[in-house]
Amino acid sequence: MSEHVIDLTVNGHRHSARVEARTGLGEFLRDTLGYTGTHLACEHGVCGACTVMVDGVAMRSCLMLAVQADGAQVTTVEGLAAPDGTLHPVQQALKDNFGLQCGFCTPGVAMTLAAVTRDHAGEGLEHALTSAMSGHLCRCTGYQGIRRAIRQLAGDGMREGA
Amino acid sequence: MKPAPFDYVRPSSVEEACRVLAEAGGGATVIAGGQTLMPLLALRMSQPFILVDINHIAALKGVTRVAGGTRVGPATRQADALRDETLARHLPAFVTALGHVGHYQTRNRGTVGGSVALGEPAAEMPATAVALGARIEIASVRGTRTVPADEFYLGPYMTVLEPDELVTGVVYPDWPDGHLVLFREVAQRPGDFALVGLVGALALESGLIARAGVGWFGMGPTPIRARQAEDALVGSALDRIDPQAMARLALADTAPFDDHHVSAEYRRTVGARIFARALAETLGIRSAA
Ligand SMILES: Cc1cc2nc3c(=O)[nH]c(=O)nc-3n(C[C@@H](O)[C@H](O)[C@H](O)COP(=O)(O)OP(=O)(O)OC[C@H]3O[C@@H](n4cnc5c(N)ncnc54)[C@H](O)[C@@H]3O)c2cc1C
Ligand code: FES
Ligand code: FES
Repeated sequence: MSEHVIDLTVNGHRHSARVEARTGLGEFLRDTLGYTGTHLACEHGVCGACTVMVDGVAMRSCLMLAVQADGAQVTTVEGLAAPDGTLHPVQQALKDNFGLQCGFCTPGVAMTLAAVTRDHAGEGLEHALTSAMSGHLCRCTGYQGIRRAIRQLAGDGMREGA
Repeated sequence: MKPAPFDYVRPSSVEEACRVLAEAGGGATVIAGGQTLMPLLALRMSQPFILVDINHIAALKGVTRVAGGTRVGPATRQADALRDETLARHLPAFVTALGHVGHYQTRNRGTVGGSVALGEPAAEMPATAVALGARIEIASVRGTRTVPADEFYLGPYMTVLEPDELVTGVVYPDWPDGHLVLFREVAQRPGDFALVGLVGALALESGLIARAGVGWFGMGPTPIRARQAEDALVGSALDRIDPQAMARLALADTAPFDDHHVSAEYRRTVGARIFARALAETLGIRSAA
């Protein structure tokens, strides 16, 4: 059982830690570094609650080892809002449209929506956001609030993001 | 922490990866995108002593043109392959099928080679490799070999790969410019594994089908080539093709199964429908269904 010293940046802060090889990135972010905004639910890739950005790309943090994030720039939901607390447009849209209830799935949803809004150029943003939602399960909202948030994001033509 | 303990190594070359695999004597497992392996580790269905991370081997990444075809490095991310211009131009069927593999988030990390090597019977990529006539390049300390995709799959999650072997490339032969794509799948929700699906390519030449490659997924223990339908299609004039009859021929090679989702009968019925519809739509001909 190997242990590894890893260096990574989370939401702009440098961290260095010793991890067991089998430690998942999601549990490392939560339990070792205290970024508990990242939620772990199924822990085998099905629900999307654990989605974070690794080097700007949205992926499931339960399907990656902490040691694999060595040298990476990780963004969690804590890193979405501006330093002065202004919500990210995706967070604002979810809030405005009741796109969450218990909020368990929300950090993952927000990371996916933020990544897609940032990367998508041209027509079809609403479709791109909606299809990317297939990777998330929400047990509360019936998805309609999230879809309204998506329409707001697409309608506002917002392109910037985390 | 859910997985059983293991050592982790991050080789930077194919040679180094092969050496670790050989020395582990069957106790090592390759991790590519981890989108299937990580759940297996969490459920302890896989308990390797050593995990060999191939994500840092540059030679295993990227898409290149080779004599008569296109080579996809196994560690190429699915999302990168989906955006690749060479693949879009030369292998539209591959790109169409890849768009149905999992979700946005899993494609951002999952690799083409991981899906090919896994051999999930309901997966799109193995059937695509079989349908298009791909060849799978394999390396180990014992040397290299190349296996045609339709000889690579032995059963569910079982392939000809030995424990010390690494997939180092998947080479898809060229299809004529302007060839047509055949694709249809039925899944419970978008992004889920398909219950039944088919993928293929058809090349036309002066109103006749000159070349056909069709693969089923979810219709047997392995991806299945619809050989009888391919043989019947080749040489046929478009206005003579009966999609229903072709669908019956295409089913002849399948071995559908019952599982906790649907029955074999469902697979057969739906398989015939989607085959006939896909064929009619792709060729722009009428189908009675
Ligand atoms: C929610 C969800 C939905 C999904 N839906 C689909 C779907 O609809 N269709 C589909 O096809 N897949 C689906 N998948 C699986 C897909 O995302 C995986 O990417 C793919 O099955 C495996 O690729 P990987 O790169 O993640 O491989 P890994 O998980 O890293 O590896 C898979 C297996 O292949 C072996 N392997 C990997 N690379 C090599 C290599 N170069 N040489 C030798 N062996 C190798 C590994 O040892 C392992 O046994 C889904 C996954 C999730 C989590
Ligand atoms: S906790 Fe990662 S997908 Fe569910
Ligand atoms: S808000 Fe409760 S699970 Fe989505």
